[in-house]
Order: sequence, then structure tokens, then C-alpha cells
Amino acid sequence: MISFIIRRLIAAVFLLIIVSMVVFAIFFILPKLGGQTNYGLATQYVGRNPTRAAVLQMIDQLGLNKPLYLQYWAYLKAIVAGGHYGTGTSSVYCPPPCFGYSFKNQQPVWPAMVSDIPVTLSLAIGAAILWLIAGIGIGVVSALKRGSIFDRFSMTIALAGVSLPIFFTGLISLELFSYKWPIFPNVQFVPFTQNPALWARNLILPWVTLAFLYAALYARLTRAGMLETMGEDYIRTARAKGLPERTVIFKHGLRAALTPIVTIFGMDIGLLLGGAVLTEYTFSLHGLGLFTIEAIQNQDFPEIMGVVMLAAFFVVIANLVVDILYAVLDPRVRY
Amino acid sequence: MTEEQTQSPPVPESGNGSAQSNEELLRVTDLVRHFPVTRGIIFRQKVGAVRAVDGINLSVSKGQTLGLVGESGCGKTTTGRLLTRLDEPTSGQIVIDGHDVTHLRTRQMRPLRREIQMIFQDPYSSLNPRHTVGAIVGAPYRLQGLKPPGGIKRSVQELLELVGLNPEHYNRYPHEFSGGQRQRIGIARTLALRPKLIVADEPVSALDVSIQAQVVNLLEDLQDELGLTYVVIAHDLSVVRHISDHVAVMYLGKIVEVAPRDELYARPRHPYTVALLSAVPVPEPPGTAAGQKKRRGRITLEGDVPSPLAPPPACRFHTRCWKAQQICKTQEPPLAELAPGHKVACHFPENTPQQHEEITPQAQQAPADPAPPS
Amino acid sequence: MAPLLEVEDLRIHFPTDDGLVKSVDGVSFSLDRGSTLGIVGESGSGKSVTSLGIMGLHQGTSARITGEIKLDGEELVGADPARVRELRGGKMAMIFQDPLSSLHPYFKIGDQIAEAYRIHHPDASKKQARQRAVDMLGRVGISRPSVQVDSYPHQFSGGMRQRVMIAMALCNDPELLIADEPTTALDVTVQAQILDLISDLQSEFGSAVIIITHDLGVVAELADDILVMYAGRPVEYGSAVDIFGQPSHPYTWGLLASMPRIDRERTTRLVPIPGTPPSLIKVPSGCPFHPRCRYASQTGGKSQSEVPPLREVTPGHLSACHLTAAQRTEFWTQLSGGEVREDSKEPA
Repeated sequence: MISFIIRRLIAAVFLLIIVSMVVFAIFFILPKLGGQTNYGLATQYVGRNPTRAAVLQMIDQLGLNKPLYLQYWAYLKAIVAGGHYGTGTSSVYCPPPCFGYSFKNQQPVWPAMVSDIPVTLSLAIGAAILWLIAGIGIGVVSALKRGSIFDRFSMTIALAGVSLPIFFTGLISLELFSYKWPIFPNVQFVPFTQNPALWARNLILPWVTLAFLYAALYARLTRAGMLETMGEDYIRTARAKGLPERTVIFKHGLRAALTPIVTIFGMDIGLLLGGAVLTEYTFSLHGLGLFTIEAIQNQDFPEIMGVVMLAAFFVVIANLVVDILYAVLDPRVRY
Repeated sequence: MTEEQTQSPPVPESGNGSAQSNEELLRVTDLVRHFPVTRGIIFRQKVGAVRAVDGINLSVSKGQTLGLVGESGCGKTTTGRLLTRLDEPTSGQIVIDGHDVTHLRTRQMRPLRREIQMIFQDPYSSLNPRHTVGAIVGAPYRLQGLKPPGGIKRSVQELLELVGLNPEHYNRYPHEFSGGQRQRIGIARTLALRPKLIVADEPVSALDVSIQAQVVNLLEDLQDELGLTYVVIAHDLSVVRHISDHVAVMYLGKIVEVAPRDELYARPRHPYTVALLSAVPVPEPPGTAAGQKKRRGRITLEGDVPSPLAPPPACRFHTRCWKAQQICKTQEPPLAELAPGHKVACHFPENTPQQHEEITPQAQQAPADPAPPS
Repeated sequence: MAPLLEVEDLRIHFPTDDGLVKSVDGVSFSLDRGSTLGIVGESGSGKSVTSLGIMGLHQGTSARITGEIKLDGEELVGADPARVRELRGGKMAMIFQDPLSSLHPYFKIGDQIAEAYRIHHPDASKKQARQRAVDMLGRVGISRPSVQVDSYPHQFSGGMRQRVMIAMALCNDPELLIADEPTTALDVTVQAQILDLISDLQSEFGSAVIIITHDLGVVAELADDILVMYAGRPVEYGSAVDIFGQPSHPYTWGLLASMPRIDRERTTRLVPIPGTPPSLIKVPSGCPFHPRCRYASQTGGKSQSEVPPLREVTPGHLSACHLTAAQRTEFWTQLSGGEVREDSKEPA
């Protein structure tokens, strides 16, 4: 088991390195292949009023005239050890982890991102808890009462949940529960440390909107997994031992049905942590999703690059955790 | 006299009714198939190998049936896959009808697929449920680009009739047939190209007893009618006895005994074969005389088969053999011909009137073989 | 001494979209303490469905069960499911065909055995249950049981897994053990070990055993009495000596004749039963075996129209056949001595 974990950890580190290479390639190699010049490329990083001198200095800073591996090395080094941007009086120090310096916003990228992380984190984790409980619960009941009215009804609702876009359900819920009936007026992010009750209250609408989509998915998955598991021979053995049906369903059945769902959850939460774009946009919550959109709209390359790296990091970590969790659940996988 | 590892073909048995030809259709020499096992945290290194097939020699004459028996892990299924080149040997040689097929690539193998075919064990999963019976049985013609006179459909219907199915069921799907009928469909497909050699991997073990008998009879009839040569892989010793001319017994990747059928069942010499035969339950209740006699001769082996990852050194059976002596742990017994056509790999074979000194001269200092437990 | 298990006219039917599947249609037998009943039949004969019915494992399915199943005098058909659950795993236990899929892959085998123990001994502590698991593993011949108790099923071989299943079934000293094809998935030498084990443990624990199999050799090893089933109906019932010595039903003859025998002269041809087992929805009228029976024509038309009742051949030996006892004796003598023609092709 330990060697399994070590192997996975090392694989995760390798993966992160490769991700950084890919990100680097997207931002520094692809444009060149598409015909972009060093000058044009450097202009993107300079800021609002690119003077020729500033651009030339940026070329120098990013090492665009140097071999690729040195450029990449400079990029990596900055993440770990920080870097300087600009010269003379306008020289700025960007402390590690330095994902670049956004000239458009006149600040290092990392602190800007960090302030948005709690929003996305609250949104994602809160919604995750909701959708896991609702989705798996409904899935289990549907599987056990297959063909019943509950089953058909819940699966139809699930179909709706999967089909309706978030901005639609989000806007409808805002219209109904925020404006028309002011149950949740003024949905604005309040940090947890400031006022937990308000934090939760303001997030309920986005949580439910986001969870609706995923709960639907998980309900269908759980239902399918449970149906398959409950038909297995070891369930028959459990009943033959005289175990109460509840134990058979939950301890023997659900646990086996959940393992594939754990894997999918890893992917879903990993992606969500990188920014629940639609939900944040609909509810005007300034998390990483909104950060990404603004960065793209502003063509702020350092910010885009930074958020891409961060999102990739979350995905890799989430998958690592989930892989290990899977091995904890299923002893056949540990080697 | 010294024994060689490669041997001459066994003397073919006479009087069994089928083709009397001496012609050798299949010859396998020193066949080996190892599956590497890797370990390591970052870089996977090969730390060992599953020695599924570890040096076997076989020979089958035209029109004969070789039965290959053994228990799980003995390598018989892997051998079957190697013979039909569904897998590539690690070393050794396979010669079919004069062609050396050992390391042929897929494209080179394709024309030879007309000569060698396989019948699979599970009639439920070996037929594509989305294809009609006609499509399944006709597929070999299409794949080989052959156009039989009268058309593919006509040939398929003839084949269906040959195996005892109604040719009008051409357009039905596998799920509309029973297990026994599905196995017949599989056999029809196998026969489409009139192969010379058919490898049957547990052809009847997934079927009910009464259907097994139907299919066994069918295979025998087809052999007589079409002059087929079979290699039948099975664990059911009763079925093998019924259908084979020669029988080879495998244990942990090696052949421990090979003999003409009647010889093997009447005078098994390798202790493993003896134990195997005595373990087969016979339908005679203990109260009767026949039942008592059977139980007296019963040998129950201790423990489980060792792992093919680390087979015991020298004689692989020594860990479970009641007669094992020191030499069995240090020197691997060669496959020696003790009677015409009857080869055994054992230092102290059963049912052998000669003294063991003649078999393995080096063992002259060893004590006499102990009697088996009753 | 009253029998431990009495089954009377048991019928288990499943309504489906295609019709009513009559898996078990009128089975009766009794089983004394310490003795072994073998139920023999091919797929679709209803033997497994019968055993699941005794264990109450059709609970929650669409099965319609009528008849009587009396375990130690207590009626199980229609009984409170909670009561049946109490008995299940405690007084009556079952082992299944494929030990790999029958053991939960995620739990240690010791925990699975301990779970079976604790559900029927609620006062037992975890430590006691674990000790019981270790003891049982040792009893069934698993070496180093105190170490192996923490292993997972996938780490064992097929034979060892079946021993674990037996240990789990016997850990509560059941009075009735049902073994459903316990050795079909195992190698022949391992099969011999397992059959010996069941036999030894039966003597030691004094349980009654029902062994379900399609293998006449296996049933000869263990059974005192044998019930032969076909298409959900009993066709022959008697002691093992009777059934093998003087079988009295064409289906039984067919089973015996179609098996290649290792202990006899090799026959040049096996004598299979022509045709295939019938659909359980459209069971043939009259005697369910009549379409495949070469003697059906000798019954004066009764095979097609009347269901033959189980009638006594000799005391304790029953057969459901329209042929007279004299006819049957004659035909069996012919079969066991002389030649019989048959056809390897299917009837059109």
C-alpha cells in the first residue's frame, strides 16, 4: 500500500511538471508557430502602454531570444523563487510562488488569485456535500425501488437536472428566490471568518443550483452502480448469512457501488476547484472562474497562465487523493 | 543409456477406426511461454516470470486426437492459445503440416488460419450476440476472401446441417439458441474452412451432462467424416478418455506423462496422474462393492498447486508427492519412454516393473521406492 | 425421531412478462439429522431455486411460494421474514458455487466470518468473534489461520476460498447445510479435498447436508438419498444404492448413460438424451420428459396427457413414470447390458 502511495505521489509530481511544460508551450511556443514575433509576444505581457523600450526589456526578461529550455527554466524558477519585473524605478519584486506579474492590474498574479480561492472553495465544497448526499441518496432509493413511481419520478427530474444549463437554473432561482420572494436577497460572498451564518445563507442559492446539476448525474450513476452491485453473488451470500437487509444494502452493496463514483467525484471536484465559471458568473461571485473570464477578456496573459496552472494543480491533486481513496476502499487495487 | 529432451513421435495406435496415416500434422518442440512480472516503485524491473508453459514437446498424427489434461495453472490453456498462434511463444518451435508457424506475424499467419482453428469453451460469450448465425458461420469465408461454389449462404446451410442444426435458422441470433446449440454453431464456424487441425479448449465443460454427450458424439462423427485432427484441452478426465487417442498430462507448465489413451488410464505411471485419476468421483455409492474398490485406491493430495511464478526446483511435483526422495528435489526427471509410446517424467514411477536404476542411472544409490498410501 | 427438514409439495413460480415460470412444481422430500440428500438435475431443473426457497432467499422477489417447508417442525413458507432471517446463517446455512464471486472482495475473510458469527451471537465481543473465525479456518484446513484471517479473498486460490465459505457457513453450528454446486468451479483434486472436508465436518458437527449438483459422481460420494429433478418436478427419489443400482426412470437412465465413465470399459459411443431441456414457461403437457423419452410411446398415450405421480417402486424408492415397474426393470436391464442406438443430431 505504501509503495502504491509513493508511486502515485511521484506520478503526480511528474504530471505537474508536464502540465507546466504544456502551459509554457501554449503560451510561448504555439504563438510563435502561428507566426507571432518575439516583439508581438512580449507586447502581451507589458501592460497598457507598451513603449518600445518596455517591450524590448520584456523580451529580455522573458528571455524570448534565448533557447526554449532556458525560457522554460526562467519560468519555473520564478514560480519557486520569485522574480523581478521591470527595471530601475519601476522594478517590482514578485515573491514566490510567482506566476507572473500582471501589468494591466499592476500586481503579481498570485495574490490576486489567492483572494478568489476561498470563494471558489466555499462554492465547490458546499455544493459537493449537497450533491453527494442528495445524488447518492436518491440513487440508492431508486435502485432499491426500481420501477416504482419514486424511481421514475426521480430519474425524470434527474434528466432535467442534467439537461438544464446552469445559467438558466441559476437565473430562474435568482429571479424567484432573490428578487421576487426575497428569501435570499443580495447574494454576495461573505467570508466564512467574518460571518458564518451569512456566508452560508448567501451561498445557498448557488450551492443548490450547482448541486442540482451534479446531483442528477450522481443519482443516475449511483442507481446504475447499485443495481449492478445488488445482483452480485456476494450480496446473496450476505443475505444467506442472515444479515439484516439494511446491512446488506449499505455495508455490502453501497460500498462496492461507490468506488467508481469516487473516481468520477475526483474529476468533478478537481475541475470545479479551478473555477465554477458559469455559477460564479450567474451569481456574481468573484471566484477563480470569474477571475479567469476577466483575465481572458482583458487579454492578461500572466493572469491566464497563472490560473491555468492553478486549475491544473487542483485537478492533479484531486485525482491523486481519489486514487488513494480508491485503493483504501478496494483492496484488490493496492499493489 | 542417456535420454534426450527432444523425442521421436510416439508410435501411433492402431485399431481405432480413424485415419491410419503415420503423417505428423503437428509437432511442438521445447515450447516455452513466460509472462514477465515486473516490480519497482518508479522503474518497473522484471523480477520474475509466470512460467506458464516451460518446455513441452508434443506430436499429433493426422486424424488422431490428442487430449491435454491438467488442472488450473498447468498451462494447457496457454498451450492451446500458442498452438493456434493467438499468442506468441517465448521460445521453442511449432510446426503445423510442415509449416513453421512459431514466429509468424498476423499477416503471414492469415492463410494458415485455414488449416488451424479453435473451438472455445464458453458458448455464451464466444458468439457475437449482434450477428446472426449465418453471419457468424459465414464470417471465415468473408475474412479469407473465399467464394465457395453455390455461394456462402449455401455453404453455411450445409455446415449447419452437418452439425445437426436446422439450416432454416440461418437468420436467428445466438440468444435464441440453447448452450448446446450455440456450441454447435461454434463448431460449424470452426469447420467452415475445412481446417486440418482443430484445437478445442474445454469444448463441453460449460454444457449440461446430457448435452455434453451429444456434442462429444458430434465431434467424433465429424472427425470420422472429415478426417480432422484434434487437440482437446480439458480438465474432465472422463471426457478426455472418451474422445482421445493419446493423452498428455501437464503439471505446472511441463508434460509429466504422455501415453496412448488406454495405457494411460489402465497403467498411469506418474504419481500426479495416479492421484488425478483416483480423485475423479465415480457414480458408485460407497455402499456397493464397486464404490468400495474405488475409495480404497483414492489418493488425496495435500495442499494446493504451487504458483507458476516459482515452481519447485527439479521435479515440480515433489512438494505434493508422497514418494518424493532427495533426488526429486535436486534433479529434474527427464521424459523417458518406459513402454512403447508411453513417456513419464519421474524418478520413481508407479506401475513400473523395472527397477528405478534403469531409468535414471544416477539414482543407483537412492533407496527403493516406498509404496503409495492406500 | 422426526426428520429435521420436511418439504411437502413445494411450488415456486415466477410471474414474468413472457408468462409464469414454474421453476419448482411440486417437490417433496424429507431429511433426517446427520444424513445427506443429493439433489441432481441439469440447468433449469429447479434444484437451486428449491434450495434458495428453503433458505428464504426469494424474499423480496416476485416469487410465489406454496407448499410446506418445515425445519425442525417450524413452518417456513409464509413465516415472518424476520424469523426466517434469524434461522438463516444460524440453524441453516448455505454455500455457493463460485467462491470468488460469493465472497465480498473488499472485506477480509476473517471479518466476513466474524460478521456471520456476531449476527447470530449478538453478545459475542469482536475479539471472541475473531477467535471463532481463526478456529473455523483451522478446522477447514487453512494453514496459519491466525495470519490468514486478515487476508482478502483475491489472495486465495479457488480451493481455499471454498474452504473459507465452508468455515463461514459452519461457524454457527447449523443443523442444516445446503451446498449448491460447491465443487463445480474447482479442479478435480481440489474437489476431492472439499468433498472429504464436507463429509468429515458433517460427522463432526452432526449436520444434515443437502448437496446440489449435476455431477452424478459427486452425489455418489456424499449422498445417502438422492432426488432427481427435471423441469421443476421430482422424477425419482430414493437411497443412493437404489438410484444407482436399480434406477427406475428414463431420465435417470439417460443421465447415467450419457456420462463417460472412467471406471468402466470404454464404450465406443455415448448415449445422450436427445433434444434439450424444456422451457419452464411452456412445460410439456403430461410428463415433462416425454418429448425426449424414447419410451414415451409405450405408455399408451398417458405421457402426453397425464402428469405421472411419484409412485413407490420398492419401499423408499419412488419414481414418476407411466411405465409399469416391470417395463422399467426390463428396459434398464437392456440398457445396462446391451447396445442402444442413438442419434447425435437433434430431432428436427
